[in-house]
Amino acid sequence: MKRLFAHPSLAIGLIATLIFLAIGVVSLVWTPFPIEQIDIPRRFLGPTPEHWLGTDNLGRDMLSLVMAGTWTSFLVAAVAVVIGMGVGVPLGLAAAAWGGPVEWLVLRLSDFIFAFPAVIVAILVTTLIGPGAPNAILAIGIFNIPVFARVARGGALSVATLDFVAAGRLAGLNNAMIAWRHLLPNIMSLLIVQGTIQMSLGILSEAGLSYIGLGTQPPETSLGLMLKDAQGLFLIHPLLTIIPGLAIVLIVIALNIAGDGLRDAIDPRLRQGNPNVLA
Amino acid sequence: MILFALRRFLGFAVTLLVAALVIFWLLDLLPGDPAQFILGINATPESVARLRLQMGLDTPAPERFIAWIWGMLGGDFGMSYTQRAPVGELIWGRLGVTLPLAIFAMVISVAVGLPLGILAARRRGKALDTAVMVVAQTGIAIPNFWFGMLLTLLFAVVLRWLPPGGFTPWHENPGLAFRGLILPSLALALPQASILARVMRTALVDVTSQDYIRTARAKGLTMGEAVWRHGVRNALLPVLTILGLQFAYLVAGTIIVENVFYLPGLGKLIYTAILERDLILVRGATIILILAVTATMLVTDIAYALVDPRLRERSAS
Repeated sequence: MKRLFAHPSLAIGLIATLIFLAIGVVSLVWTPFPIEQIDIPRRFLGPTPEHWLGTDNLGRDMLSLVMAGTWTSFLVAAVAVVIGMGVGVPLGLAAAAWGGPVEWLVLRLSDFIFAFPAVIVAILVTTLIGPGAPNAILAIGIFNIPVFARVARGGALSVATLDFVAAGRLAGLNNAMIAWRHLLPNIMSLLIVQGTIQMSLGILSEAGLSYIGLGTQPPETSLGLMLKDAQGLFLIHPLLTIIPGLAIVLIVIALNIAGDGLRDAIDPRLRQGNPNVLA
Repeated sequence: MILFALRRFLGFAVTLLVAALVIFWLLDLLPGDPAQFILGINATPESVARLRLQMGLDTPAPERFIAWIWGMLGGDFGMSYTQRAPVGELIWGRLGVTLPLAIFAMVISVAVGLPLGILAARRRGKALDTAVMVVAQTGIAIPNFWFGMLLTLLFAVVLRWLPPGGFTPWHENPGLAFRGLILPSLALALPQASILARVMRTALVDVTSQDYIRTARAKGLTMGEAVWRHGVRNALLPVLTILGLQFAYLVAGTIIVENVFYLPGLGKLIYTAILERDLILVRGATIILILAVTATMLVTDIAYALVDPRLRERSAS
């Protein structure tokens, strides 16, 4: 733990992320105003002592909306990471432990999924089951699968050549046991770093999908949905777009800094360009 | 090399075919009868049955799938039943916005990202490096469509230099059409340029510590010459892969950004098609997008192998 905080960027990124997360969590039990409270006479207020960030076109309190939206963004991105890890990591480990046809299949599968950017998956899912936050989760989650499969396979391959894995094999462990007992624990740090990166990408993707109407739907709110609501109004009321957008940027920067710091703290050798910074 | 290209092409064709199968299967699962949807709930069962027959909905799914693939090979993507026009024509018309937008964005991000990355690598650890990396870190965190909104505020509202949105077709006024795409392509380019700058910097820093740079220095080149002649060319290899991926995702990204500027691109077409349950149109548009993504990756792979023979040999074995 002490080693982790020897890296200032990690501490800053982690603390900032936790603050945003806390804001999101608080919104579950308390917001300054109820987010669904529509009050037309008080709409388009600038920042006032009562409404710190002003109100939107329906007179809803912007601060409350940002708090609730932050929670949605975190939730969508986190569940998408869980999906990506849950499917991708076993695939990647299997590829490394079994090799041969299994590895070939996993690699082809991840190539295949890479051909479906999240937007396309979201289009298909929305056509299928109608719009909603679960679509965004599914679309981003599917996109995360090959990312984690590759990271897990790559990490596991470098571990698999080490002596303790050979010792495990001599002791009679089968491929599944090798993957579970020896490979997985040794790639956890890689997975955590990648998870942080995919969290920030997920938050960006959620914003994009909700913005074009394929993600979160009212009465739920998300930072992307706030930007969608602002679309027709922002030329006259710029704050409606500046506030939620800034929230997204700050959260993503916090996560990225935490991710970079984590990578340096865990393994300085990993200080390489990461090809998965693509959204 | 030809063998390598052939193998990659085969992979590309298989990917496309499987993607088509997935799309077809997914959209076929959709509850509700498209014929019923078009005619409305007051339609008589006879007229629905007639339309089903006309749309070929009564033939078995495998037959319809093969007919769809066969039609696309001949450029026939089917008829949109809400717009009463060939899907191929509708998509082709929209690509006139989407493709130039993606290409402009790519050109801008290369023109900005690569030099900045090289500059940062050459001044590693100095103030300039830090500045470039801070800007890049921020650029990556900014959603491109939100940046588009900010650009509109600045250039259309405050400065009044450019139109806030809308699009004049190319054949009416190419100048105006181009002006309409400036802000959207800048918006799309920002995150891409930031990523490129970071990747370029890392690749060049990596390459600079290689033996051949030391050799080049030993034979009397200055550090600048050595990096320029030997380093940049080698560092471009990883950058090339990223470029291919980026272009693929740029095409998909235009769908979101065109919303900000009210551009009549593919995204608008797809969105309306989803709302109106125009499955043939959704099917055609998604397969075109996937074609764009996979074709870009194919070209990147082949280009990569052309410049780096090591890769060819490795993947051939």
